[in-house]
Amino acid sequence: MNNIDRRTFFKLISSGIAGAIGGKLVTPGIAWAKGTNFHSDEFYGILVDTTRCIGCRRCEKACAEANNLPVPDINDTSVFNHERQTSVIQWNVVNRFETEKGTVFVPRRCMHCNQAACVAACLVKAMKKRKTGQVTWDENCLGCRLCMVSCPFDIPKFEYDKAIPKIQKCNLCWGRFQDGKPPACVEACPMDALLFGTRRQLLEEARRRIYQQPDKYYHHIFGELEVGGTSHLYLSAVPFEQIGFRTDVGTTPYPEYSKGFLYAVPFILVLWPILMLGMSQVTKRQQNKE
Amino acid sequence: MMNGRLDGKEITSLSEFFRFFRDELKPKGKTIFTPFNIISAPIIILGFVLIILRLVIGLGRPVTNLSQDFPWGIWIGFDVMVGVAFAGGAYVLTFIVYILRSEKYHPIIRATVLNGFLAYVFYAGAIFLDCGRWWNIVNPIIGREFGVNSVLFLVAWHFLLYMLAELIEFSPAIAEWLGLRRIRKILGSLTIGAVIFGITLSTLHQSGLGALVMMAKWKIHPLWYTEFIPILFFVSSIFAGLSMVIFEGSISHKVFGHQIDEAHHKAYNDILVGLAKICAVAMFAYSFLKLIVLVHDQEWSLLKTGMGFWFLVEVVGLVFIPCILFIQGSRHQNILVIRIASVLTMLGIIINRLNYVFIAYKWYLPFRVRYYPTWIEVVITLCIIFTEIWVFRWIVNRMPVLKHPPEWVRENEEH
Repeated sequence: MNNIDRRTFFKLISSGIAGAIGGKLVTPGIAWAKGTNFHSDEFYGILVDTTRCIGCRRCEKACAEANNLPVPDINDTSVFNHERQTSVIQWNVVNRFETEKGTVFVPRRCMHCNQAACVAACLVKAMKKRKTGQVTWDENCLGCRLCMVSCPFDIPKFEYDKAIPKIQKCNLCWGRFQDGKPPACVEACPMDALLFGTRRQLLEEARRRIYQQPDKYYHHIFGELEVGGTSHLYLSAVPFEQIGFRTDVGTTPYPEYSKGFLYAVPFILVLWPILMLGMSQVTKRQQNKE
Repeated sequence: MMNGRLDGKEITSLSEFFRFFRDELKPKGKTIFTPFNIISAPIIILGFVLIILRLVIGLGRPVTNLSQDFPWGIWIGFDVMVGVAFAGGAYVLTFIVYILRSEKYHPIIRATVLNGFLAYVFYAGAIFLDCGRWWNIVNPIIGREFGVNSVLFLVAWHFLLYMLAELIEFSPAIAEWLGLRRIRKILGSLTIGAVIFGITLSTLHQSGLGALVMMAKWKIHPLWYTEFIPILFFVSSIFAGLSMVIFEGSISHKVFGHQIDEAHHKAYNDILVGLAKICAVAMFAYSFLKLIVLVHDQEWSLLKTGMGFWFLVEVVGLVFIPCILFIQGSRHQNILVIRIASVLTMLGIIINRLNYVFIAYKWYLPFRVRYYPTWIEVVITLCIIFTEIWVFRWIVNRMPVLKHPPEWVRENEEH
């Protein structure tokens, strides 16, 4: 299976279409650094093919090392006994699910929504949606935690136990990206379960996989439409409810939910004073008559 | 000099001001050992110690029970959300008195505006404690950076501007206290502008507090989540604020009764009946809105669940029933019934706001991971409430809030 993919990909890349997609699919580190149109003004993302993930947790280790987080012991399989959430020291966690098609491993991390709720919530733009798709956090944050209340995937995590706390979450290796490197987890994956590229290319690749192996995949790309689209895209062999996804998040971008209110603001700001001045004039005249 | 500068002398030099201010700092009551002081003083002191603890060790346990699942607790849910709703009386009454020019409510306007102002300073000020990175709290104001698309950005600015508007509305009382005649005149002329500005800001940030949770779409129980949350927050702030005015006024009139003249005492029952009527209308509109939302979203079946029962407790027990009580109380001029109704209404508002923050919020999570406040969160909240009451009392005892303004004010106005 893998070989077919690799060959197809090699063709795609050499013909220049695939652009930034998965250098490591060819030879790790080489095609990535050279000859790729890396900094196009498009959203980048990661395609997670859960049918390929073997739960080795090397992505967890690489993530921790790249982002100065405590490095987990990846030989400890007891972590799979219960479903884990990301945490202030783990931006990326692999969970194990028993499904109708057997055991499935699923790496979970920030989805990097196209129109992110956390970004719309932030009153100082500490949460930013970068031009190239990464949702990043900055130190000018107030720690109000509205991003946590708003996030449909409950991703931002707050360091309650620190006097100088931060919001912790995956930033799609924003620092590495600026140095022209793919996210650490993608580089570490031995199974090509993670694929880095522009969102457009990833969607094409995801569709191709479903098309070529219709029996293998559940025919849905999680993140294509969910909450208005996300930069992390997931493929699965089973319905997404079975592997810990909330499938009722809808396809409306979350900022839309507070837009109605925000649109009303300028109207009220202009109309209210005029109305009240008018009323005040009327009552003044009445008072003078008396 | 019991009444400060109400005798009409003007302060001419800075040293005179400091001497005056120093005298005014001394307690006014006959004894400091009143039951209220004996209870509140230790809590305030303990509260300040705990605030330092919170700043040193952060928001985690043992200070708060906040978690990754419940990022907001009573400091946001009660102090800010409920505190601001209860402060809504100020914008409603300034509308009635300064825009509709209903003279009837004039005697209680200053106390209400003062209460509103202090509520914003203290309860909205509680945001400071809740902010994990509190030293950055000026960032949305100084532009590091302006998150103009954020509802919270709007709310933050409005809090600040509204505090200024309320301060301007109250400032004539300060000028009268200090005997600053010319300044009093200038400040008095700013009132109407501040009132219009303040009402506009209030409309927006009362509803804005509701809009904050709009993106927590699937986290809030469907009986509470509706696109009309901002409107519901705004309408409920009207009767929340007025109920607070009724409740606080009833206590103030006992405690500061000696400052109020006979005529006002008699007119006061009339004022309460009037306020009860406005409450009833607003609550009826609110109940109706709630019903429309319920019918529109077709969530009847949810009413049979535990959360449905909780919903009915809030909407029927603590909105509709007090609404009926307000109507009955105002019809029969029964002040006791009106007071009971105001307490029930306030309880309903507390439950409503807490529902949006941590009760109906993630209702699906099991009890063992749910949020409930720690004793430290409760003590700090009480500390904030008591400090506000102390400051309120300090001002009422010195400035013409309940008592009549000094003679020279009337002379000035006639000229």
